[in-house]
Amino acid sequence: MHMDSHDPTDDTPRAPDGHAETNGDTGFSVHHDPASGALQLSGPFTISAVTRAKAAFDDVTAEALENVDLSKLTHLDTAGAWALVTLRTRIGQAGRDLKITGASDKMASLLESVTRAMPEPTSPKDQRFSLSVWLDGFGRKVFAGVLFLRALTAYLGMFLHRLFRALRHPSEFRFTAFVHHCEEVGLRAVPIVALMAFLIGVVLAFQGSTQLRQFGAEVFVVDLIAISILRELGILLTSIIVAGRTASAFTAAIGSMKMREEIDAMRTLGLDPAMTLFVPRILALLVMLPILGLIANLAGLFGGGLMAWIDLGISPAMFQTRLVEGTSVEHVFVGLIKAPVFALIIGVVGCHAGMQVQSNAESLGRMTSNAVVTAIFAVIVADAVFSIFFARIGI
Amino acid sequence: MTEREIVIRLRGIRNQFGTQVVHEDLDLDVHRGEILGVVGGSGTGKSVLLRTITGLQRPTAGSVEVLGTDVLNADDDTRQALETRWGVMFQDGALFSSLTVRENVETPMRAIDGLDPAIRNALADLKISMVGLQYSAGDKYPSELSGGMRKRAGLARALALDPDIVFLDEPTAGLDPIGASAFDQLIRGLSHSLGLTVFLVTHDLDTLHATCDRIAVLAERKVLVTGTMTDMLDVDHPWVHEYFHGPRARAAASEGPARSGQKGD
Repeated sequence: MHMDSHDPTDDTPRAPDGHAETNGDTGFSVHHDPASGALQLSGPFTISAVTRAKAAFDDVTAEALENVDLSKLTHLDTAGAWALVTLRTRIGQAGRDLKITGASDKMASLLESVTRAMPEPTSPKDQRFSLSVWLDGFGRKVFAGVLFLRALTAYLGMFLHRLFRALRHPSEFRFTAFVHHCEEVGLRAVPIVALMAFLIGVVLAFQGSTQLRQFGAEVFVVDLIAISILRELGILLTSIIVAGRTASAFTAAIGSMKMREEIDAMRTLGLDPAMTLFVPRILALLVMLPILGLIANLAGLFGGGLMAWIDLGISPAMFQTRLVEGTSVEHVFVGLIKAPVFALIIGVVGCHAGMQVQSNAESLGRMTSNAVVTAIFAVIVADAVFSIFFARIGI
Repeated sequence: MTEREIVIRLRGIRNQFGTQVVHEDLDLDVHRGEILGVVGGSGTGKSVLLRTITGLQRPTAGSVEVLGTDVLNADDDTRQALETRWGVMFQDGALFSSLTVRENVETPMRAIDGLDPAIRNALADLKISMVGLQYSAGDKYPSELSGGMRKRAGLARALALDPDIVFLDEPTAGLDPIGASAFDQLIRGLSHSLGLTVFLVTHDLDTLHATCDRIAVLAERKVLVTGTMTDMLDVDHPWVHEYFHGPRARAAASEGPARSGQKGD
């Protein structure tokens, strides 16, 4: 056996690094005597030594092994016991019986409990790649997507149902909560939305002017700013910011209530979560998003006008004249009519994700980020659908 | 067995949060191989004591000696070496939620140089099986397990490196009586077969009866009294008397005399 021993009768060739292995950090050594079939272990047999020991054990054939002597072991831990039990199992499979001798009471009891606890691996699931597995996974994903859309539609229906119910029974409507959410969703978002739109206006004016100057058509920068902001960017970017801000807030608030079983408590108290939680939130969003869109439009036009004045010398009066004459007011309506739809998307996605939170904190984090991604994606998809629709009907 | 090796020695511990003094002049010894149950009313700082010993909470004053090492003044290497010799099971297992149970149990083993990954895997499976979980539990994530299974998995992780001492924070809290009693037996069995010293914080009188060799009562900011269950019944202190003579204590005592038979180990 190559693992070395201090035994002078060692008749096996000694590995050049045998000494280092023996006196390594653990001091554990294995010596196999092929003549008597004895395996002598000495030193502490712990988890640090188990990799070496396992390799040494595997080198010994079942026929060349009669017994394992533990009398020189100073310490045996579970890892060592595991290696011994594994060895004994292997010898047992070869139809022979391995004797373990010289074990102290503690070692014997450890060996016994490890033997009892040896796990029997259940056959692992077949993970091989095949077309049917892939198709199966793909089909499940598609189906889950369909179910998700159905669930969102159900939430939308639930919201509308409760909204009409609130119209018929105004006392059930949570007016205080509604005002609170209007402040959270609307008022507090004004600074960030206005700043964002202002900067977009500045960028559009600057980019537009450098391009249009080549044709001497600087004055059309007003149309460029007005149409792109009023029609598309104002409301779209506002919705994206609100989706990030509000969808996550809805999910986190409803999700943490779900996590602490507050939602269940509400149900047992006869309170309808949809009426008390969803309606004030989604309705607040429905009311506030068009207002935020309008603010974004104004801020964007202001930013664009300022830049046009500085960069192109288009005076505010000229900008105003050009804006009123050259830009149809229908652009504003085309833009703002999208706001309630985006608001519904953001609100429904946020509330639905909140209700999917399970009882662990991890799912809260996952659902919150899911809600934001889904809301932003859905808003952009809806915007694209609107664009196609308006192009088709020629507005 | 007269003089046993002392593995945890606390002297003059003082813990203070703002103006609130939790421990004052607290002394405690834990002997090798014993299961010590720490009890005390809510807010008497049982968990703080556990955190103090494991170095998670630095006491305002006093000394903590674990396995002959001064925990408070040890350098990083000594501390690291010490940390492989104890294991802590937190109340809800405190498993890493992004890892499977097997990976959780393997985490402490990754610190061992040159340990073959396949062996590490097999050892983790063995630990999982030793705490009474099924083989298939190894592939699951903590969120897929029940509370009792999470506790068992937490124990498996605490036992990963065959520590000398394990600290258990309320091991049976939130378990049903059957699960709790199975856990008690598990602790008892593992402590016996692995030669563990167990420091156990609990509220559960059944656990005290079924598993603990010695009980330490925390009250009035210190360890008021230590001793066996029988000793506790004679202590003349209002809280201790109420605790060990209350209706729940009597119920636990009447159904759990099994302990006395095994005391010899």
